Amino acid sequence: MARLNINGQDREVDVDPDTPLLWVIREQLGLTGTKFACGVAQCGACTIHIDGIATRSCVMPVSAVAPEQKILTIEGLSPDGSHPLQKAWLAHEVPQCGYCQAGMIMAAAGLLQQNPNPSDEDINAEITNICRCGTYNRVRAAIKEAAADTTNAG
Amino acid sequence: MTIATNVSRRNFLIGSSAAMGGFVLGFHVPFTKEALAQTALPPEVNAWVVIKPDDTVVIRIARSEMGQGTLTGLAQLVAEELECDWSKVTTEYPTPGQNVARDRVWGNFSTGGSRGIRESHDYVRQGGAAARHMLVAAAAAEWDVTASECSVDKGVITHGASNRTTTYGAMAEAAAKQTPPGNVVLKDPKDWKIVGQPLPRLDTVEKLTGKQIYGTDLTFPGMLNAAVKACPHFGGKIASFDAAAVSSMPGVRKVVQLDDVTVGVIADTWWRAKTALDALPVTWDEGPNKDVSSASIAEMLKEGLEADDAFVLRNEGDVQTQFSGGGKVLSAVYAFPYQNHATMEPMNATALYTTERCEVWAPTQNGEASLAAAAEAAGLPIRQCDVHKVHLGGGFGRRGMQDYVRQAVQLAREVPGTHVKLIWSREEDMLHGAYHPTTQCKMTGALDAEGNLTALHMRISGQSILASVRPEAMQGGMDPVVFQGLTQNSPEGHLAYTIPNLRIDHAMRNPPVPPGFWRGVNLNQNAIYMECFLDELADAAGVDPLEFRRKLMVNHPKHLAVLNAAAEGIGWDKPAAEGVHRGLGQIMGFGSYVAAAAEVSVADGRMKIHRIVAATDPGHQVNPAQIERQVEGSFVYGLSAALYGECTIGNGRVEQENFDTYEVLRMAEMPEVETIIMPSGGFWGGVGEPTIAVAAPAVLNALFAATGKRIRMLPLKNHDLA
Repeated sequence: MARLNINGQDREVDVDPDTPLLWVIREQLGLTGTKFACGVAQCGACTIHIDGIATRSCVMPVSAVAPEQKILTIEGLSPDGSHPLQKAWLAHEVPQCGYCQAGMIMAAAGLLQQNPNPSDEDINAEITNICRCGTYNRVRAAIKEAAADTTNAG
Repeated sequence: MTIATNVSRRNFLIGSSAAMGGFVLGFHVPFTKEALAQTALPPEVNAWVVIKPDDTVVIRIARSEMGQGTLTGLAQLVAEELECDWSKVTTEYPTPGQNVARDRVWGNFSTGGSRGIRESHDYVRQGGAAARHMLVAAAAAEWDVTASECSVDKGVITHGASNRTTTYGAMAEAAAKQTPPGNVVLKDPKDWKIVGQPLPRLDTVEKLTGKQIYGTDLTFPGMLNAAVKACPHFGGKIASFDAAAVSSMPGVRKVVQLDDVTVGVIADTWWRAKTALDALPVTWDEGPNKDVSSASIAEMLKEGLEADDAFVLRNEGDVQTQFSGGGKVLSAVYAFPYQNHATMEPMNATALYTTERCEVWAPTQNGEASLAAAAEAAGLPIRQCDVHKVHLGGGFGRRGMQDYVRQAVQLAREVPGTHVKLIWSREEDMLHGAYHPTTQCKMTGALDAEGNLTALHMRISGQSILASVRPEAMQGGMDPVVFQGLTQNSPEGHLAYTIPNLRIDHAMRNPPVPPGFWRGVNLNQNAIYMECFLDELADAAGVDPLEFRRKLMVNHPKHLAVLNAAAEGIGWDKPAAEGVHRGLGQIMGFGSYVAAAAEVSVADGRMKIHRIVAATDPGHQVNPAQIERQVEGSFVYGLSAALYGECTIGNGRVEQENFDTYEVLRMAEMPEVETIIMPSGGFWGGVGEPTIAVAAPAVLNALFAATGKRIRMLPLKNHDLA
């Protein structure tokens, strides 16, 4: 039995301790916004936050997460899609197939939390998620817009 | 999308059958009462258009959405003729089973070859126009006036003379009873209000919140999960496996041999299925191809470069006489390796089987082929099967193949009455692709004393996709797909250059690696061979690459127009910034004219792509905002292949198993892309694929300008630029 704090709620899950957090989130908790794509932390489709740090959940065993650590998934990023990144993503109409986009947004949210006004180089270094449809330029534009939005508001 | 939001089985069927209006298929009968009881049936005006009493317009889309925006583009075409309120438009997929039952009223479901819009624009617009006629006729009948006295705007019908108005929602039920018009006249493109506009996609919001449901996300009460492993050696099979070793592992329900080559585990969760499968002792019979390698395949293709047996596409003039005539003759050999589609969402499908019925939920590029595969695997008549399409997490051609659908049904037959969701691991996806085929190409060209190109021979040697996946489409043994973009006058894609002596031929050499249609298909290699070699010829002639092409393109103004636009956009006639070098390329494919110009620099052996300008003439443009996105994305796909993409073969199997060894382009390397759309009208070209083909040539030609190195053997990662 593992105890997890996910999107602000304490949950108990009966699961093998070496199960990757990704699959606990998807299969035991039913939150399917976090995606499986590579299983080896290469692509970032499974990106979530643990205590505010963007983390690739597909290689992290659930037993490595303490009950008090705060797990945030795309479903918990905002109650109604109103996070500045989600708004910027909509304004730039970033997604094509969309499969990588939850991970992309969570990676971007992690970046902005650490670095509210990232340069192109910062974005290049931190957003290493794979998108095969090719949305990178719009991802970049949306991150910058959200950063400006947050900075202005803050 | 009705289909994507409700994922319980019951809701799913309510969703899809309710959308059918009064029409309910026989095999949906067990669920019909439920549907009728819980949902007010909105009238189906015709197969394409359902209008609810609140004026919501549901437009049916037969093609699959995989990110390319076809849901939005096709809906725009229907809405244009329907004259409905765009803000009230939603879409849904009819099922392939419904299409079969209704005499294929929605036409072809196959989504590939950039054909969604260019192949169905006519009949989907007619569907919208016919629905408009019926709605107006219904209002006219109610008012006892003639239909021609009524006008319609944004779903509101007006009879001006009597100052009466009504809405589509109010008239839909009566309209459904109207006789469909025989012939409808479609609007003149100059009168379009919705088509041609950069409207936002209809399917963005749920992709930002995690709510969009993909095949891997489906869940049903009591559902089991499965993982499979097929023999990685092409042509090999299972020698043995020890089911007992894993059958008592946590959650495991069944270890299943699906066929001669595939073993799977069904478990309560996917992670447990995959864990048990990884632990399952399996030995493979490596089969007849165990000694096949990239090197042996390269030898096989190399032999074809000089072989006498070849399918001849074009043989104009006499190239041999020119080559031996004393002018300058250049020759170069190019090669393009196997590529995996590497969709972000691995192959997956969910199936429910009983002895009476089989249903499949699948991200598929060809719903009808999925239905046929499901029926065959189930051993049931097609009318006792159906396929429910879900959003694709990328397709790029891979999801036109039906192997994963077949496997899901084979697994579901082991546990009748229970849904089984099959998801491939990334490793399975990499090892069992439908690979972009490998070809080599020997280009030979002759220049006269003035630097004019007098003769060109293009000998392609390598694999045919059709020979493997659709042999019935071969033309007397020849695979026409091999020659994409090189024909004399095909509206699909013809060569821009007028060369007095020209020979283009193909020595078919089919290694035992399964090929498939990979976004852009053979146009990708052909553009590299032609456009890079033309640069070589221009260099040998001492002529600017743009000027060299222009001289050959006087008979092909549309090709020339996009090339000129890309060149002008990059500033070809002005010097580049210091250390920055330029290259360009053009081709016609999938019915559209495309060109690209690139700026690159090289420092410390590393190339940086600064900027790309791309020009596209798709004839008519339906949604320029989505065209821009397709063009931008094409550079990611095309440059991923040019820079990194390579499935090597050893021991008769693919050697790359995940993104750590199968690298793709990421954010840091993405250049700026400026898209120029220049629709010249009069034809309908595709936009999902053609630009991919010019990505590599523009960059490789710029790289030559920067380094003097010709990269002829792709990918670039295997070359030292220092």
